[in-house]
Amino acid sequence: MDPLHQFQINPILQIVIAGYDVSFTNSAFFMAAAVALIYALLVFGMSGRALVPGRLQSLAEIFYEFVANMVRDNAGHDARPYFPFVFAIFMFVLFGNLVGMIPFTFTFTSHIIVTFTLAATVFVFVTVLALMKHGLHFFSFFMPHGAPVMLAPILIPIEVISYLMRPVSLSIRLFANMMAGHTMLKVFAGFTVMMISGLGAVGFLAGLVPLAINIALTGFEFLVAFLQAYVFSILTCLYIRDALELH
Amino acid sequence: MSDEKPPPSLAELDARLKKAREGKESQSGPGKYHRLPQSPLGIALRIGTELVAAMIVGVGGGLLLDRWLGTAPWGLIVMFFLGAAAGILNVYRAITGLGLAPGYRRAREEDNERPNGDAH
Repeated sequence: MDPLHQFQINPILQIVIAGYDVSFTNSAFFMAAAVALIYALLVFGMSGRALVPGRLQSLAEIFYEFVANMVRDNAGHDARPYFPFVFAIFMFVLFGNLVGMIPFTFTFTSHIIVTFTLAATVFVFVTVLALMKHGLHFFSFFMPHGAPVMLAPILIPIEVISYLMRPVSLSIRLFANMMAGHTMLKVFAGFTVMMISGLGAVGFLAGLVPLAINIALTGFEFLVAFLQAYVFSILTCLYIRDALELH
Repeated sequence: MSDEKPPPSLAELDARLKKAREGKESQSGPGKYHRLPQSPLGIALRIGTELVAAMIVGVGGGLLLDRWLGTAPWGLIVMFFLGAAAGILNVYRAITGLGLAPGYRRAREEDNERPNGDAH
């Protein structure tokens, strides 16, 4: 009945190396499952290479075109080489969210350590990219253009903090959305169970109300699953654009 | 009108394809932003995460600085205010549509169409 029980991490295979617990957990299992699903979709979907695509091939092509357009529109033409990176991030987050929607599975994107690792990867990637493209000129990024030099001691720390915030806000957004949604589903499901066990025959009728809400919430959760994957990758695109153009 | 028009030659098709492609690319080239989805709930959540993230970075950074330099509680105090300022600044940027970039350059350049050439 504990709505947070679903987020518990359980080791499937206990592994301890040099005193560190590196067990293969349910979280890791569903990450592997998501990657396997993506791989299967892309490999089997595109194995036919039909001119008129079948169902799987259409799906694979839709994903490809969706991300390709997103990269082109938001990161510009110069960002073409970084398409695989954005595509990998998008598919991993999307499949993580969607696999988590299947009953009895585990939503690894509801753990901040997972989303933070993803966001930190994006952050390091973008920073290294900017440093490689612009060298030390990159640091002029932190001084707003045309601001008086007197204000630099205040403005530069503020800009540095708001730059360092990127991975934090990116990861919090994804993790909070997924965790809140899944907790809500469990809480409303819990109401139905409580009503039935507490009110008896009347409870079966009254229990329909939270059940109906839960059905609506499930639909909403699918929307959130897509939307958050989209937001995560679109922000990645915007950061890549910043790194390339260095405004 | 017994004869239909002959099918276009390959070169002609090629030219047409090229034209269509160019049109598409110039239409959605850099400079045109896809705004993030903006439902009221989305905006509220975004502002919330922006503020929380700023405070986490500010206060967390302040505590780390204190531990590193032994300046407690000054690092925390200063970084708290700087973090709060960064949070408010980012909310302001998010709402006015300046995007997520530090600095105000993008807005300046778009408003004045690069007054002094390439500043950077």
